[in-house]
Amino acid sequence: MEANTLNRLNRRLLKIGHLISLFLAMSIICLPGLWVVLSSLRPTVEIMAKPPVWIPQQLSFDAYVSMFSGAGRGGIPVLDYFINSVIIAASSTIIALVVGMAGGYAFARYRFRGKTAIFVGFMLTRTVPGIALSLPLFYVYARLGVIDTHFGMIMAYVALNVPFTVWLIDGFFRQVPKDLAEAAQIDGCTRWQAFWQVEFPLARPGIASAGIFAFLISWNEFALASQLTRSTNSKTLPVGLLDYTAEFTTDWRGMCALAVVMIIPALALTFIVQKHLVSGLTSGAVKG
Amino acid sequence: MKAWRLPAPVLLLMPAFIVLSAVVVVPLFLSLYSSFTPFRLTRPDSIWVFIGLDNYIRLFGDWAFWTAFGRTVLFLAVALNLEMVLGLGLAMLVEKATRGQRILRTMMMFPMMFSPVLVGFQFKFMFNDNVGLVNNALQSLGLTDQAIPWLIDGNLAFFAILTAEIWSSTSVFAIFILAGLMAMPREPIEAARVDGCTPWQTFRYVVWPFIMPFAFIAMTIRSLDIARAYDIVKIMTDGGPAGRTEILWTLIARTGYSDARMGLANAMAYIAILLSIVFTLIFFRQLAKARQQVGAEW
Repeated sequence: MEANTLNRLNRRLLKIGHLISLFLAMSIICLPGLWVVLSSLRPTVEIMAKPPVWIPQQLSFDAYVSMFSGAGRGGIPVLDYFINSVIIAASSTIIALVVGMAGGYAFARYRFRGKTAIFVGFMLTRTVPGIALSLPLFYVYARLGVIDTHFGMIMAYVALNVPFTVWLIDGFFRQVPKDLAEAAQIDGCTRWQAFWQVEFPLARPGIASAGIFAFLISWNEFALASQLTRSTNSKTLPVGLLDYTAEFTTDWRGMCALAVVMIIPALALTFIVQKHLVSGLTSGAVKG
Repeated sequence: MKAWRLPAPVLLLMPAFIVLSAVVVVPLFLSLYSSFTPFRLTRPDSIWVFIGLDNYIRLFGDWAFWTAFGRTVLFLAVALNLEMVLGLGLAMLVEKATRGQRILRTMMMFPMMFSPVLVGFQFKFMFNDNVGLVNNALQSLGLTDQAIPWLIDGNLAFFAILTAEIWSSTSVFAIFILAGLMAMPREPIEAARVDGCTPWQTFRYVVWPFIMPFAFIAMTIRSLDIARAYDIVKIMTDGGPAGRTEILWTLIARTGYSDARMGLANAMAYIAILLSIVFTLIFFRQLAKARQQVGAEW
């Protein structure tokens, strides 16, 4: 009897401990983000208040309004940066996807010499730190006259994303059984038709998530963008965030609002694809 | 006679090859060359002066460079190990949860969506000595009555940066380890329990070998992206105060752009590139080994 009650007590304690630690872990994860969102809605006086004001007295969207109302009031042309970010991230994603689909298909469906070596070689290009790559790129771009242009940034981001899209798409094509495409070919499809009508539709969710992954990398990239962009011609949002810190008085509320603007597309897109993302990266982890 | 055609895989891999060589490989050769010159942005002609290994020899005797190098390696070692342990803990907590697992998993992915710049900014805001959440909380709770200069004191700043880095990347480990835990078959665990293993033994000899490849995928992904710590440091302290949080990448940026000494910066960059390649190759090999091991046992 004694052992029984002890065991039960033990188990209940473990369960409570588990719940408490889970709660703590989740609040550490969520709190910083929520704090930034909250701060973007509060007046600057409240953020700066000493002693701190914990419960917000008044909330408003002023920071967002003034941010998008042009360079006149906020001083920082957020709208231009936003448009640049969208153009650069979207076009580099599309190009990286096309290139990655070709490459991923080759890795998933063909045998050729040096396959592993080429794969690792692709990955190694990704390990080059952005800032180290920016030094020669800066020089080359300056010579070619593509510094501070959309074209230059798009090319750089395509190269940044291709290794990842190849890796992910390779995994997704490998999940599509080979027999399906072969059956289609026996029924009279060409390889090209078999690809578009059988394999592509099956791998499409995976390819979409690879695209979103690529989009996020371009959307968030900073090290290259901070050196290869100069003005409103091509500055992206992450570089724009740094504009705020360059001023003498830091506009915390404005920065928080810009941070929220940056995070919302990323949040929305990641929620859509989270399932495919993990399965794509881990596919083949166990079976090899 | 049939017309000669390129084999399909060559044709398919061609675009990737072209893009990567144009934007990455060729510029890297250029930077390798310029690391043998005293090239300065302000004097474009200096790229034609060849000085051999002078830049590298200079770096070998440069104390600031080696401090930054050591700090970078220390930073990575501490960050990656802690992220691994915390990620494992987090994954196991979430896996044990009986209800609301979907929501928990979604919340767990939250930090992954933050770009390093945002992470840096967010923690800069929180660790600000005047308006930051951390100091405000400590003062309201009465734990301290003066403002702790988180980002102004060298050691505290290093701690703050480490916190930011760990916050942002622990979830990468947690997600992959969780994927491993959920893919794991139940029978071996039950068999181990029947055979009288303690929970620790079950974990160490049954669960851990199975989830190891997943942990190494996370490691590999992280090592591919390892230099994004630059963004965090750049925003939070920019290598300050007085170079106390200077890491390799901020030093490269400062030497190359602020001091305009491109040749020297390229020499540093090459050492940084080798460092990342070594990290990545180690993890790739571990990944391959772990895969084989699992393949043999299951």
